[in-house]
Amino acid sequence: MQITLRVNGVQRTAEAEPRTLLVYFLREQLGLTGTNIGCDTSSCGACTVHVDGESVKSCTMLAAQADGLSITTIEGLADGEQLHPMQRAFQENHGLQCGYCTPGMVMAAVSLLDENPTPTEQEVRLGLEGNLCRCTGYHNIVKAVLACAAEQSGSTAGSGASA
Amino acid sequence: MIPAAFDYQRADSAEAAIALLTEHGDEAKLLAGGHSLLPMMKLRLAVPSVLVDVGRLDDLRYVRDAGDHVAIGALTRHCDLQTDPVLTESVPLLAHAAGEVGDPQVRHRGTIGGSLAHADPASDLPAVLLALGGSLVAEGPDGEREIAATDFFTGFLESALEPDELLTEIRVPKLATEGWSFQKFNRRAQDWAIVGVAAVRSAGHTGVALVNMGSTPLLAAGVVEAVGSGASAAEAAERATEGTEPQADINASVEYREHLARVLVRRALQESGLA
Repeated sequence: MQITLRVNGVQRTAEAEPRTLLVYFLREQLGLTGTNIGCDTSSCGACTVHVDGESVKSCTMLAAQADGLSITTIEGLADGEQLHPMQRAFQENHGLQCGYCTPGMVMAAVSLLDENPTPTEQEVRLGLEGNLCRCTGYHNIVKAVLACAAEQSGSTAGSGASA
Repeated sequence: MIPAAFDYQRADSAEAAIALLTEHGDEAKLLAGGHSLLPMMKLRLAVPSVLVDVGRLDDLRYVRDAGDHVAIGALTRHCDLQTDPVLTESVPLLAHAAGEVGDPQVRHRGTIGGSLAHADPASDLPAVLLALGGSLVAEGPDGEREIAATDFFTGFLESALEPDELLTEIRVPKLATEGWSFQKFNRRAQDWAIVGVAAVRSAGHTGVALVNMGSTPLLAAGVVEAVGSGASAAEAAERATEGTEPQADINASVEYREHLARVLVRRALQESGLA
């Protein structure tokens, strides 16, 4: 079947079997390999992307279900060379070690701040409960999200975090 | 992990979905948010030959105050239930429990109707609906019928829905809630409850239900009876395992599940003020 998505602001169309999962469609049909496949069982969150602005595990959604919808992947966050504030906060706070969980972690964090722009530390930890970091680098990830929240609510309140 | 091949049909109305179900019989499965069905299809535990996607039926996405009850469209997502003002005010137990399902990503996709129709005894919302004394509305080729939650869960992953019926609405009585509690014991957010307990106390209704203590969600009738005759929380909780048939699995032995049920029921009774 033919599937058309708006991915990172660009209309993309490709052929895929109905059973194609969104993450495979993004990686293999569209060549967007920034989204990682981790557990493949909707546990780890490595494959998190935004569907119509909300975080979703793309290993547990058919590409067919996303037909006609807007998808943002990690590739769509930065503005050219200019990193998204959340990407910058991860860099500045050493919010990554091996980096495997990072794309999903960043996408989940951006969605979290869209829903709750000024979370407490506890709310950040709960808000990222769907993402696992096997390096166990959680403390700096939480620090990064809090730093990004502080920056955004201080300087660009109300601008929204989604690309 | 990729599901086995299937035909994909997107329904643009409830009638169209029912017509597709009538045409394909039990070869077809309804797909809503897909967060119960797709994992099973990836593991090839479910191999439907036709998927009828009802995920775009936006007119089945609502929470309405209907006088004596709250009416919830079957396609309402967990994340919408969690923050819905009508629900948080009138049925706080359900709003809270919806926020305990999976994790934020799962709650952005998963729906109340999908969760209930999947009838997994380890899922949170089936037990919550039992405790609240709710009902479910099914629509089929011959019209609609209302099924009490107590009649809905018929076996492991089996419900009273006929193969050609679509779950359209969930009805929850507007109890004058005086206390409630939802206890869920698991290791990671994404995991099913090893054991869970939903309890609600209101004038005229007391409900206590168990998650993952048998092949269906279960009402803890013995606990409610004990509370009714003035037992303490600890005494009533001793009856938590009556009528249960918990299974052993990688997470817990039968004895451990029984122990958890007693502990969590005691906490639920205390937190809800039932005993």
